[in-house]
Amino acid sequence: MEETLLDIDMQEKEEYIINMGPQHPSTHGVLRFETCLQGEKVKYLIPHCGYIHRGIEKMCEHLTYPQIIHLTDRMDYLSAHINNEAVALCIENAMQVEVSDRVKYIRTIFAELTRIASHQLWWCAFGMDLGALTTFFYGLRDREKILDIFEETTGSRLTQSFNTPGGLMSDIHPNFQKRIKEFITYFRKKLPEYDQLLTGNIIFRERTKGIGMMTKEMAIDYGVTGPSGRGSGFHCDIRKIAPYSAYPFIKFNEITLTEGDTYSRYLVRIAEMWESLNILEQLVDNIPQGSTMLELKVIKAPKGEFYQRVETARGELGVYIVSDGGPSPARIKFRTPNFSNLFVINKLAAGHKIADLVAISGSLDLVIPDIDR
Amino acid sequence: MQAEELTNLIALWVPEQKPGISKQYPEFILPVEKLLEVMTLLKENSTTKMDYLFCLTAVDRKDGFHVVYHITSSEFLHSAVLRVILTDKVNPIVPTVCKIWRTAEYFEREVFDLFGIHFDNHPDLRRLFLEDDWIGYPLRKDYKDAFTLER
Repeated sequence: MEETLLDIDMQEKEEYIINMGPQHPSTHGVLRFETCLQGEKVKYLIPHCGYIHRGIEKMCEHLTYPQIIHLTDRMDYLSAHINNEAVALCIENAMQVEVSDRVKYIRTIFAELTRIASHQLWWCAFGMDLGALTTFFYGLRDREKILDIFEETTGSRLTQSFNTPGGLMSDIHPNFQKRIKEFITYFRKKLPEYDQLLTGNIIFRERTKGIGMMTKEMAIDYGVTGPSGRGSGFHCDIRKIAPYSAYPFIKFNEITLTEGDTYSRYLVRIAEMWESLNILEQLVDNIPQGSTMLELKVIKAPKGEFYQRVETARGELGVYIVSDGGPSPARIKFRTPNFSNLFVINKLAAGHKIADLVAISGSLDLVIPDIDR
Repeated sequence: MQAEELTNLIALWVPEQKPGISKQYPEFILPVEKLLEVMTLLKENSTTKMDYLFCLTAVDRKDGFHVVYHITSSEFLHSAVLRVILTDKVNPIVPTVCKIWRTAEYFEREVFDLFGIHFDNHPDLRRLFLEDDWIGYPLRKDYKDAFTLER
């Protein structure tokens, strides 16, 4: 009997390494955390990525610009439309053409719908990570409505590839505006349910408040952007800093909180869903008339270097194109938000219990193909 | 800070800098020896405060490897691009900036993985995406393997 007690005591003092992933439900993809534990506490952890590295940047060097857009869907698949938009904007800037206001408005509407859909799926998965299975059904029920709107206009639910350099693949479906207005009224009623189900829940609050503290300095130092960075008070919303598409025409607030814990990152995303509904409401009735496609004979970026920053659902996406004047880029770099957001996790999780690691990685909202590219 | 002021300031710190080709952001080509000094000044000077490195990458060009740093200030919102050119293509070495911006540590690991550029004084320079026994550096222009798509 005494020996067993001694063994348990030894286990509490000894360090041991546990691999979380690459196949683990809470990593939301193929990512491996090499976690050093002492008892139940995390001493440090090392993220190992590359399990889904497809070499998108290398592939792009052999593809033409319109073809590249289809590959960007496969990076952050939950922000597919915004990734397309980033590349399209970068090429348009390089060619010094400007799309019509109609294209700008439709792109922005799509981007905000994408943002809501992405935050909904994050909300489902985050609840489930913490053991609240019901959230999954609530979130997916509402996300279906957005995916139906996407399907009607673009023919695709997840990887839309709706943008091309110079405009859009097609005009919007006649039902488009009607269905978005229906969705806004529907989701305004449903969003308070999210708060009732999870935000006010005492177990949920205990699991998230004060867990994974990230200061503003830390967020800037590690380049943590998007809702995760804004939860720490880092003003990093590219829609405000460097407005693109229709964002200069509308009024909206950048949501920032200063606490910097898991709970505040959660609150930022819930508030962003409300804000996106406001943006949609401003845009949906005011889509101007005009053509949806510029007639570009040849799509080639001139010789030079071009950079475009956009705000995806997870943070700052940068597209850096180095062109020699040919039909495909000499080098293309995607500065993806998840890549920078991931590596702060060692700092956040150290000292917390292993169950909190799940909450922290959930609150950073990682999409693994976006890290590996 | 306006682009002109920044150009004057950097010209004061490093007289041998050359302006780059970018029209979007003020761009400066620095000699490798001066890189760390200028980066530290840019971050710590009270008029620049470039505290956020939003992109670090490399490009394989004919005259050598270009390492490109996109930096911005979270307070003043002005940005700049800095570039060093490593003419030694066989054994390229550049000092690490991860003491200045922590996010650089992982960008540099990615560049090491895909370009084979060695970052001096880096705390943990290992391959990031590819396997440890991978031969070659795929984003170099002279890289060839059986799977590369040729057009």
